[in-house]
Amino acid sequence: MGKTLFDKVWDAHVVDSIANGPQVLYIDQHLIHEVTSPQAFQELEARKIPIFRPQQIVATADHNTPTLNQHLPVKDALSRNQLKQLSENCQKNGITLYELGHQYNGIVHVMAPELGITQPGMTIVCGDSHTSTHGAFGSIAFGIGTSQVAQVFASQCLLLTKPKSLRVTVNGTLKKGVLPKDVILYIISKIGTNAGTGYFCEYAGEVFENMSMEGRMTVCNMSIEMGARGGMIAPDETTFNYVKGREFAPKDVEFDKKVAYWKTLPTDADAVFDKEYTFDASDIEPMVTYGTNPGMGIKISGNIPSLKDASFKKSLEYMGFEAGESMLNKPINYVFIGSCTNSRIEDFRVAAQYIKGKQKAKNVTAWLVPGSKQVEAQIEAEGLKGIFEAAGFQLRQPGCSACLAMNDDKIPQGEYCVSTSNRNFEGRQGQGARTILASPLVAAATAIEGKIIDITQQLN
Amino acid sequence: MEKFVTLTDTAIPLDIENVDTDQIIPARFLKATDKQGFGDHVFRDWRFQKDGTVNEDFVLNNPKYKGSILVAGNNFGCGSSREHAAWALVGYGFKVIVSSFFADIFKGNSLNNGLLPVQVSERFLSELFQKVKENPKTEITVNLEKQSISVTGTNLTETFEIDPYKKTCMINGYDDIDYLLSKKDRIEAFEAQKI
Ligand code: SF4
Repeated sequence: MGKTLFDKVWDAHVVDSIANGPQVLYIDQHLIHEVTSPQAFQELEARKIPIFRPQQIVATADHNTPTLNQHLPVKDALSRNQLKQLSENCQKNGITLYELGHQYNGIVHVMAPELGITQPGMTIVCGDSHTSTHGAFGSIAFGIGTSQVAQVFASQCLLLTKPKSLRVTVNGTLKKGVLPKDVILYIISKIGTNAGTGYFCEYAGEVFENMSMEGRMTVCNMSIEMGARGGMIAPDETTFNYVKGREFAPKDVEFDKKVAYWKTLPTDADAVFDKEYTFDASDIEPMVTYGTNPGMGIKISGNIPSLKDASFKKSLEYMGFEAGESMLNKPINYVFIGSCTNSRIEDFRVAAQYIKGKQKAKNVTAWLVPGSKQVEAQIEAEGLKGIFEAAGFQLRQPGCSACLAMNDDKIPQGEYCVSTSNRNFEGRQGQGARTILASPLVAAATAIEGKIIDITQQLN
Repeated sequence: MEKFVTLTDTAIPLDIENVDTDQIIPARFLKATDKQGFGDHVFRDWRFQKDGTVNEDFVLNNPKYKGSILVAGNNFGCGSSREHAAWALVGYGFKVIVSSFFADIFKGNSLNNGLLPVQVSERFLSELFQKVKENPKTEITVNLEKQSISVTGTNLTETFEIDPYKKTCMINGYDDIDYLLSKKDRIEAFEAQKI
């Protein structure tokens, strides 16, 4: 029987197996940030264990950083201390750190791919559940807890039981105005938030084959929102072209050798998955969520369903919505375009194209937060900054920002925010904040109109 | 890590599905650089109103319910990978979480902190909720050796699954680092032959 892409990468990294137990999986690349690493450093220090492979770790400061005045000392003392700890820990242990203000600083899942750190066939981990993003390159990438961060520090390995395999196939052509974000919101709305638990997911079919690397990252990013530990897309010419020439990508002969290997990775025709779903691209429309988990999504012109169960009711109550009603024309005061799901240059291009020559609605506060310093520089270089500022949008400095609202970028109590991030949990964007997940296009249109509109009508 | 063999205690019924780690410990409490003090903030925004007053309606604030066992709705611990969620639950005093389904990363994080996730059937879970709500003094016994959970004085009992390796770790209080360090030679040999 043939092997899946996942099997091939996994099997190539198994160091050892415990009878009836987990396997020892080798980790090629370990990414760390300020929030989930300090206790792991502490653990190792307390046990006097050295960091085994510091050169396979790259650190960035992203979760807890301000998005204004990054050149000034960080105001919040706890945040400042956390950032200082990261710098000290990295320095002490010889770990590369792109700290606040560095030209390569950014959200860990934006910064690593754009530097060519992320490559096909690798195993990549980070103490952040959206590490699944890197699977877009055909690597096995997943989020880990802090105890596991300590394990990788100590041994460059993890003890894991091999997950089952799941494939989601989407064939056909996407309609106008339907972006990668809509594709993944659609998939999760169809299969639910725990359909993927215990599985690693592969996305296959024409829609993903024709998608850019950035779009693929958006899709893989949200794999965790359907419960899967990670998502993958087979590496192809699009992948190789993206990786080629990047800072840490292999060069010349080395690169060609790698490509030859990467070409052997895609799933064999006779491989069998434990679970499969198939969808048709023509069925997908621009999406919005109405509830408090990412599976509670509907097409933008659709109606909120009516369900009987208690969690559904609790969720609608929190959001202030009624079962059966439409989301169209709901007034919105906050719009956030950012997060590791949608803060890459293509996302800002889509937004800028729509916004150009228009004005943001008066009631709206619109934050645009690039995923990295490089994206920020690109926004300026392409002249998008002028478009955003002329339209009344606030272009801020890179970081996780209002995606998890650990810094000052919080949505006030009770307010709605149309957000390109990945989680609409209660209080995720601030205590009492109500999040509506959407694509950068829907977010931009909402900011201009001050309410949710049927973007499909406008495009046609 | 603390050892876990068996436990008999009363339980707190958190009858809510899809409890995500943002609820267990909101992001604004993640600025600490050690593992202490998270227990004070567990379920912060459910335990307290926005103005800081106690939310009497939330089950953790109901004096009727006490115990180191949390019985929770389906899909507990979804969302963010933050291990702070496990630290917060342990810090508050929980030793066992019972649910019909746990999110992957949360399950791993719990096991790494001596907090036992016990996955039971939907039916068992709803009977458990009923029993605990009817009588908050209901005692539950979790036996890790036998992989069983039962309600004292009833015939309500079920077995649960746990990875045999993880079971050994919990019973003996070992963690994965000890094991991985013992494999150093193999890991180095693996590195040497890797392309
Ligand atoms: S942007 Fe949001 S989801 Fe992404 S790494 Fe930061 S906090 Fe996590």
